[in-house]
Amino acid sequence: MKRLMLGNEAVARGLYEAGVRLVSSYPGTPSTEITEFAAKYGEILCEWAPNEKVALEAAYGASLAGFRSACAMKHVGLNVAADPLFTLSYTGVTGGLVIFVADDPAMHSSQNEQDSRNYAIAAKLPMVEPSDSSEARDMVKYAFELSERYDTPVLFRICTRIAHSQSVVEEGERTVPDRIPYVKQPRKYIMMPAYAKAKHPTVEERTEKLAELAETTPLNRIEGNSSELGIITSGTCYQYVKEVFGESVKVLKIGMQNPLPSRLILDFASSVKRLAVVEELDGIIERHCRTLGLSPDGRNILPPVGEYSQRTVASALGVTSPSGAAFPGSDALPGRPPVMCSGCPHRGLFYVLSKLKLTVLGDIGCYTLGAQQPLNALDSVLCMGASVSGIHGFNRADPESAKHTVAVIGDSTFMHSGMTGLCNIVYNASASTVIILDNSITGMTGHQQNPTTGYNIKGDPAAKINLEELCRSLGVERVRVVDPYDLNACEAAVKEELTYDCPSVIISRRPCVLLKYVKTAPPLKIDRDACRSCRRCMKLGCPSISIKEGKARIDGTLCTGCEVCTQLCPFGAIGRD
Amino acid sequence: MNEVVSILIVGVGGQGTLLASKLLGRILLDEGYDVKVSELHGMSQRGGSVATYVKYGKKVYSPVIDEGEADYIVSFEMLEAARWAHCLKPGGLIISNTQQIDPMPVTTGAAEYPAGLAETLASSGIRIDAFDALTPAVEAGSAKAVNILLMGRLARYLGIGREKWIEAIKLSVPPKFTEMNLKAFETGFGMN
Ligand SMILES: Cc1ncc(C[n+]2csc(CCOP(=O)(O)OP(=O)(O)O)c2C)c(N)n1
Repeated sequence: MKRLMLGNEAVARGLYEAGVRLVSSYPGTPSTEITEFAAKYGEILCEWAPNEKVALEAAYGASLAGFRSACAMKHVGLNVAADPLFTLSYTGVTGGLVIFVADDPAMHSSQNEQDSRNYAIAAKLPMVEPSDSSEARDMVKYAFELSERYDTPVLFRICTRIAHSQSVVEEGERTVPDRIPYVKQPRKYIMMPAYAKAKHPTVEERTEKLAELAETTPLNRIEGNSSELGIITSGTCYQYVKEVFGESVKVLKIGMQNPLPSRLILDFASSVKRLAVVEELDGIIERHCRTLGLSPDGRNILPPVGEYSQRTVASALGVTSPSGAAFPGSDALPGRPPVMCSGCPHRGLFYVLSKLKLTVLGDIGCYTLGAQQPLNALDSVLCMGASVSGIHGFNRADPESAKHTVAVIGDSTFMHSGMTGLCNIVYNASASTVIILDNSITGMTGHQQNPTTGYNIKGDPAAKINLEELCRSLGVERVRVVDPYDLNACEAAVKEELTYDCPSVIISRRPCVLLKYVKTAPPLKIDRDACRSCRRCMKLGCPSISIKEGKARIDGTLCTGCEVCTQLCPFGAIGRD
Repeated sequence: MNEVVSILIVGVGGQGTLLASKLLGRILLDEGYDVKVSELHGMSQRGGSVATYVKYGKKVYSPVIDEGEADYIVSFEMLEAARWAHCLKPGGLIISNTQQIDPMPVTTGAAEYPAGLAETLASSGIRIDAFDALTPAVEAGSAKAVNILLMGRLARYLGIGREKWIEAIKLSVPPKFTEMNLKAFETGFGMN
């Protein structure tokens, strides 16, 4: 049957059709739906791991046991999984192993714009990249064959525009390859120096063989027969090039990003008068062309930042694009940034941190929105886990700062990489105060379960890690729980913990208001006669509260009745009928 | 030439633009077109500005709609219609709900919601079909039906049989909401 599928759904379909047994991943936009869709197939064992390194190692274990396995993550997730990745390149696989990595040009929902192709080069691994959903499905199967035939993990790159675009896919059947029985192979799987030394040359030989494959694989193909302009491109950029030029230029579409072909490129270049490379982010294909002695247009006409479109490609290559409608005032329209939801449990806690004017080392999640006006509550956001590790260094270097500095981290992020930082706080003794914002879900990426929620990816009950006990067992003596809807309790807890000369953990606990099982209270109202326009309630940055005709007003369709604003109003103007 | 029709669906996170694009994609695929639908997840869900691209024709390459390329812009909210108007093709049409949802800078008083946007757009020579979709959606059963109501309005222009839409709506929404959505669709389709 023909269906419209998101790139990520098509990848999941490919996993199903390729007979994959285990998928272990950690969520991250734009990769998350790969694993969520895969989990809908009863035949695939799917799991959310606590982080990408664990996910990749679990997938590796399944491969070692002789089954096809996979793991999906966003680009920065591969940084976390890089350690197993590099040495897996040496061990190779038993059952096919494919690692899906989703890059996010333009940083629609990411903290940097790194190009994962650099990992394929650095770890000496083959990498493939599709340019629509149908290709994604096909390439998944190809990637598993490649993995088994060349005894290597395969990297599968996908960008936001492919991951989150739907195009037509024809569904196929699932075929499960025979399990490869497990046999002990110390020289293949024990990477101690003696064996690893013997393995490294095989990695280099494999790269040579793969480079040979790159010359002939159907993943790299030439289209069109113009002799004027030849464009080497791949992924989403291929679509932009075709949109602008159709059949009027010659295109070398690269589906295998690493290793890149040489003869194919040289022949292609010699068949056209002008050569250009169209690729987003780093100029990797272009650099390869230069090592072949070619000088294509590339970074001289196209930027290394952001996401392209057909317009970018057209203007770089001298084709005029249509201009759009213009009207007066269009450049002065108010923006519409994402905001913390009405009733978000993070808000109350952030209000307190902001009020106390603390230095707050932040982390990544919905709570990163606490950095915005009017809460302005964060001082730094680096990468997952960095709040807890960072505060230790901050306070260790300047012990005075421990009196007015806290770290904030979500429940999922704490399990991902906050725990180890907390060990460090205890072991190397800083009087740091860590606040775990436990909203009982992985919120930012769209509500995934995690080891603290008590449910697994299928929504079935699972073991539930108790954060209080976990922190205590790591050696933190001062662990307490507060309700972020209770401003006085939050303020008292934070103030008190900051006074102690030892590590503290405050768990700010209340489930995300968007969770289905959360019952919200009836909306609140402002008594306009009682309101004195002091704007205290506006300090919360709640999307339900605005000023209308000089007085506060609550939008009853948005308000969840959390009563955080009620506690702020000095005139008792907020309540219910 | 390869004729591709581009429809840009814009609104505010949570208004149901994704369901609308799904419905549209399904109908267009059934009509035998090549279709691409592009959406963005993540940050945009938290009440931010959202845009979904739907493109169809004999063969569609780029999933993206850029400046001056949209044949139709279907906007769920007035300010968003203005924000994305530069994407309209000369001669294209904006179908917009006149509902106003204040963005954070307006809520906090840092900015003002621009007045008379529909008129400004129209007087700049932009073809615009702006009407209140919220009131009739609420009458049909829920503010959530704004998306299907707007699809009903779009259906009038696209020239795809009414029955096809009705069939697709039945397949796309949960049974208990079918009646409400069909009512919303008919209202959108029939409105003058
Ligand atoms: C290494 C890495 N993996 C994944 C992500 C994507 N990501 C951003 S925040 C987040 C989890 C947020 O969950 P939680 O800590 O529970 O906070 P919440 O959003 O629920 O407030 C994830 C998975 C990332 N930024 N970096």
